[in-house]
Amino acid sequence: MSGGTPVQRPIQGFDWRKTPGLGVATWVFLAFLYMPLFVLVVYSFNANNLVTIWTGFSLRWFVKVLHNPDIRDAAINSLVIAVVATILSTLLATAAALALERGRNFRGFGTVNGLISLPLVVPEVVVAITTLIFFSSIGLNLGLGNLIIAHTVFCIPFAVLPIRARLKDMGGAYEEAGRDLYADEWRLFRRVTLPLIAPAIGAGGILAFVTSLDDFLISLMVSGPGTTTLPVYVYGMMRLGVTPEVNAISTLLLVLSVSLVVLALLLGRRARSRD
Amino acid sequence: MIEVRHVSKVFTTMDIGTVTALAEVSLTINDNEFFTLLGPSGCGKTTLLRLIGGFETPSTGEIRIDGVDVAGLPPHKRRVNTVFQSYALFPHLTIAQNIAFGLEMLKWSKADIDVRVKEMLALVRLEGYGERNAAQLSGGQQQRVALARALAPRPSVLLLDEPLSALDLKLRKGMQVELKRLQRETGITFVLVTHDQEEALAMSDRIAVMSAGHVLQIGRPEDIYDDPNCCFVADFIGEANLIPGALLGRANVNIVTIRPERVTVGPGDAPAARIAGTVAEVTFIGPDTLYDIGLKDGTRMRARVRGDRGRFHAEEPVTVHWPDEAERELAS
Repeated sequence: MSGGTPVQRPIQGFDWRKTPGLGVATWVFLAFLYMPLFVLVVYSFNANNLVTIWTGFSLRWFVKVLHNPDIRDAAINSLVIAVVATILSTLLATAAALALERGRNFRGFGTVNGLISLPLVVPEVVVAITTLIFFSSIGLNLGLGNLIIAHTVFCIPFAVLPIRARLKDMGGAYEEAGRDLYADEWRLFRRVTLPLIAPAIGAGGILAFVTSLDDFLISLMVSGPGTTTLPVYVYGMMRLGVTPEVNAISTLLLVLSVSLVVLALLLGRRARSRD
Repeated sequence: MIEVRHVSKVFTTMDIGTVTALAEVSLTINDNEFFTLLGPSGCGKTTLLRLIGGFETPSTGEIRIDGVDVAGLPPHKRRVNTVFQSYALFPHLTIAQNIAFGLEMLKWSKADIDVRVKEMLALVRLEGYGERNAAQLSGGQQQRVALARALAPRPSVLLLDEPLSALDLKLRKGMQVELKRLQRETGITFVLVTHDQEEALAMSDRIAVMSAGHVLQIGRPEDIYDDPNCCFVADFIGEANLIPGALLGRANVNIVTIRPERVTVGPGDAPAARIAGTVAEVTFIGPDTLYDIGLKDGTRMRARVRGDRGRFHAEEPVTVHWPDEAERELAS
């Protein structure tokens, strides 16, 4: 080494990735975020009756969950609500996204634009309470229907986001080309616009589905006897003490949600990589 | 035939108010003609193309295609097709499906469509590419697919919006020849929009030179080059010397224009010179030598002299000569 010409280091600008301690900080941060989830998942496989004492690996809590009729009913409620609310909200979101991105500039555009994303920023407890008051004041009592309506409303902004982004991304050129090639409005939508935004609609639908499935506050307020959703049921169980069964349900919900969100991301990426 | 009569287009935007993109434009494009709208960006040429295509509606005036007033006709009801600057090939369809798209919308039979798609792929020399996706083709190939797609429904007019701007120089030259050939073979009226004057001169039957929403001059490439009607046209097409009339002793003439290749340079004491000056710069470019000559009021003049191997040097006093028929007097 000695006697050789010193190696000229290339001069670099400040690189935040080289900050000392960044690696450690990142791991601490990630641990803080995900340790609780990790512990929850691990203990869902615990053989012991007590949540916090590990005795051995077992799937008994999952078996128990699957054989509990109350949990099954709640899960079916949750799924029915999520599926119907997803379909309705995605349809409405697609229409809204098309109107906002492709429609003529109309009076009150800004207002509508704001109103559509408002549910994203309004505290959920406020939406929950006002929804409850609204339903009882007009005397609407449709059982699951009430929940479906409430879920459809708060799912719309989540479904709108990816569809609007896709429409903005792809620009108007494809649709102009379609019009130029003799497509009227309906066939233009069916043959050009819809296939091009389909992955985004899929992504929006999945986001809506996950949002609906995970919702607790609004469901708690609006649900009644017989219309309990899974998160509300779990909350009920917790009041009697945390059992490993709760861990098992949570693990199942977690796996479902995460895989759906990953699927939504993949759909979005496929749409972008195609042009 | 396309007749554009007194067409204006005013855009209203939220932030900057109104913008006049086209002001009282009138022109006629004949059948089977290769017609070019030429001008710098923002001159209104693309707006005029979009008006013909039906993507915008004129604020005033009238556009007739084959004798029919097309006001209020949406793009899908006009026998006009467009090659878009971005090509806009449908990414969810194959090349063959892209070409078939317009034919399907016009409700051609499946058999006719298959025949026509094959024909078009052959026309643009892309046989065997039908099953590929647009993303798998090079820029030049995508360009040819866009052409095939737009020509397949046999439009009466083909609009081309800066179709060659995304290609590199070599491909562009090739596509210029290709476009000329396609126009000749199909007999369809081509309306090309470009800011590239060389491209316009090389391809067009006639050119409309546009600036700031106005059509300044319409004519054959040779006529526009030899006989520009104003300084803008003289300067925009090719290279031009613009000399104040007063400098040549013509008080009632605003500007005199001469092409550099028509100018000759003589020694400082040569008789019968148009004007005297001093060589500012000599540039040897192979077959020609360029002389930049400073005139007495500071006006720069350029001479492009064939075969001259640097006969004069910088700082040398010279005289400048040109024949009468080489110059044009311009009012503006």
